[in-house]
Amino acid sequence: MFGYLFLVLVAAAVVAAYFGGLRALAVSTTAGTSRIKAHSRPIYHGLNAAIWTAVPASIFLLLWLAFQSSVVNQLVLASYPGSEGMDSAALSLLIGEIRQVAAGNLFRQPTPEVAAAAEHLRSLQTYSTYLMMAIGFCIVAVGAFLGMKVISPRYRARHSVETAVTGFMMFSSLVAIIITVGIVGSLVFEALHFFARVPVTEFLFGLRWEPQIAIRADQVAGQGAFGVLPVLFGTFVISAIAMLVAVPTGILSAIYLTEYAHPRFRAVVKPLLEILAGVPTVVYGFFAVLTVAPAIRALGASVGIASSPNSALATGLVMGVMIIPFISSLSDDAFAAVPRAMRDGSLALGATKGETIRKVLLPAALPGIIGGVLLALSRAVGETMIVVMAAGLIAKITLNPFDAVTTVTVQIVTLLIGDSEFDNPKTLAAFALGLVLFLVTLGLNLIALRTVRKYREKY
Amino acid sequence: MSTTAVAGTRVNWHSDDMKARRKARYAAERRLQAYGMIAIIFALGFLAFLIGSLTLTGYKAFTQTVATINIDLSKAELDTSDMMKADWRGAVREALRNQIGDLPRRQEKAFFDLFTSSAPFLVRDAVIKDPARLKAPSSFVIPMSDPADQFVKGEISRDTPESQRRISDEQIGMIDQLVSKGVISSPFNWALFLNADSRFPELAGLAGAISGSFWSLLVCFAISFPIGIAAAIYLEEFAPKNRFTDLIEININNLAAVPSVVFGLLGLAVFLNGFGLPRSSPLVGGLVLSLMTLPTLIIVTRVSLKAVPSSIREAALGVGASKHEMIFHHVLSLAMPTVMTGAIISLARALGETAPLLLIGMNAFITSPPDGIFAASTALPSQIYIWADSPERGFVSRTSAAILVLLGFLILMNAIAIFLRQRFERRW
Repeated sequence: MFGYLFLVLVAAAVVAAYFGGLRALAVSTTAGTSRIKAHSRPIYHGLNAAIWTAVPASIFLLLWLAFQSSVVNQLVLASYPGSEGMDSAALSLLIGEIRQVAAGNLFRQPTPEVAAAAEHLRSLQTYSTYLMMAIGFCIVAVGAFLGMKVISPRYRARHSVETAVTGFMMFSSLVAIIITVGIVGSLVFEALHFFARVPVTEFLFGLRWEPQIAIRADQVAGQGAFGVLPVLFGTFVISAIAMLVAVPTGILSAIYLTEYAHPRFRAVVKPLLEILAGVPTVVYGFFAVLTVAPAIRALGASVGIASSPNSALATGLVMGVMIIPFISSLSDDAFAAVPRAMRDGSLALGATKGETIRKVLLPAALPGIIGGVLLALSRAVGETMIVVMAAGLIAKITLNPFDAVTTVTVQIVTLLIGDSEFDNPKTLAAFALGLVLFLVTLGLNLIALRTVRKYREKY
Repeated sequence: MSTTAVAGTRVNWHSDDMKARRKARYAAERRLQAYGMIAIIFALGFLAFLIGSLTLTGYKAFTQTVATINIDLSKAELDTSDMMKADWRGAVREALRNQIGDLPRRQEKAFFDLFTSSAPFLVRDAVIKDPARLKAPSSFVIPMSDPADQFVKGEISRDTPESQRRISDEQIGMIDQLVSKGVISSPFNWALFLNADSRFPELAGLAGAISGSFWSLLVCFAISFPIGIAAAIYLEEFAPKNRFTDLIEININNLAAVPSVVFGLLGLAVFLNGFGLPRSSPLVGGLVLSLMTLPTLIIVTRVSLKAVPSSIREAALGVGASKHEMIFHHVLSLAMPTVMTGAIISLARALGETAPLLLIGMNAFITSPPDGIFAASTALPSQIYIWADSPERGFVSRTSAAILVLLGFLILMNAIAIFLRQRFERRW
């Protein structure tokens, strides 16, 4: 339905472009005999007419579609008897039910009020669609008329088209800002709702994370425990294991590939290493569950350590492998940035290649490498699928790598899957966790990007 | 050290002391080299192990054990006036009984359990498609149930004690009987690509996930490609150098490193709860993925615009082109191959992304492929996630097979990108 509306818009724009071009051609040929020369080529007049026709209408349509459903919901709820006294959870349940009934999905006989509201909703939806189409066609008609009317030899159609294009480009570059504002806004907004129910201090300094208790608000002891520390601790245990795997492997392989390897060997091995970063993380997660975790468990059993099926070690190991290419290629860059002269100087003094690497290259490249490690750490902290599939769900503070720990991302996903009711602390806690995750990774990224950039320019 | 290298004294390079030192230094050198090699072998070995073990568990899902059974529907008493409600179950059971001879009632159930429990529906659908089959006997292909399938493929060993396998000794006897009659075969499992998801491994396929991924990527491309290119052009060619454009740049770099699950939270809060867009739909999935790919695309496009030499810009401006004409007619068309390469690579990354899709509900159980961007659907990676959580054994191999399919798509996209780069790359 809406797809067809936009197709109609595109068609109208094409028609407007065609006739605008024709008209411009006609105007400029008649004008050609006189002394006035057309400023723009006919194609620009056509494009200009198309922009006038389609752009205002599509902006209108998008805005209408974005706000239609919430306005309609409000109207329906306002007319529903007894809705004033309900809290927002009950309201969202109610509107869900009304929508289902209106869409014809009957699971049981609806109450007369709900049936009436569904009828109301359906009529409002039809009304709104017709209204939207009527206003939309008016805008298209007015736009097309104005676009055609301005066509004259003197009219600077090219400038007007270019201004429109520049406007679109400026808007596009603002999108990055809009996304960031959207992220921060939605996280902070929902987190504030959460902190209205659970005090900030309890969230930040609490030592128990048991959100599963608070499924129902009126439950006995239904408060749940929302202390973020065990979750953060688990995240850092898994990230630390991952870094223990990835940092030495990444740096050593970068050293070998930049300093020792034959160019042909490097040309083959480097892309192969990059594949590790390109494998979807859900694949790593499945691999961790299917193969690595049982292997770690067997290993633990053979040395007499009881291992949990979702050990932090298995998860961290697999995550570490995923991160190797990031560290390896960023260290690669850092080594490449060290000037030739420093390397040659060291070699000329009689140092072996290995000594040059350890005593000259490594210290010189260290800031760049640290930046890379921080970026990789931020990725490990934010990585989701591996931990969702392979790490545990119970938050506890432990350093035993054979034990199961949980992470911030695991909690976000498990709190939100299949549950979109936005009114209990359980769901809102996910947004508070998301805010923590965003801030932690943002901090790591900022430091990392700054170090990488600062020391790259040193030489 | 002090004995050999005191200033002014001659160093005897051939002394044993020096030899030992040299030896130690060269050994350290070789050690470092060996560590590097070990690191590379570890990483690549892991990769080989990953792909090898997925292939080993997954390749078996590309065949499916089926029984080809003749059913004479003209003999069955079917109420043909209402195809949907006719007694297909009775007809199918009758035909199955004919394959094995008389069985006591209890064993009959064990026998029927060897075939997929959806067999009556498969027969019904086939007949609705081709009503001529009602008149004459014709053969139907019926997938075997998961345990039977596993047994025929050798995943369940005969030597396992009966209590520890999901298939009983008498069922094994029945399978052997069917095999000796030539009823059972293992053709290529087209259902893996043609069917949508199902609770029964023998019927579950990827069609829904593949089309869901396709629609999401289409939305993602339609949004991120024009906006990404426009933003890159503006920042590279038009934007003044001031604090505001600096802010935009830092922002883009940071967005590229924001965890994907945060984008899922954004999609949930803004698109689903704010705008009320349909849950689980490729529209929302594509929107979220496009927000994620946008920063990468902008960065790639800027690099490729920068690579176009300024002589081309100056030449275009020199013959009287406007700045827009210079960019759209010359610079952008020269940079386009690299931009396309970058776009394909970032789409490939979006194809493998799972976490944000879970948050917007694309992990729902959906048994028919979506017919557009508004219908509920899954995507390939979230399908993998769903199957990985399923307890049936048949889903283990199917998950691996789905992963192989996903990796196949990724390799294909990257191959196209590499081809584009090599075909159109230009050195200035």
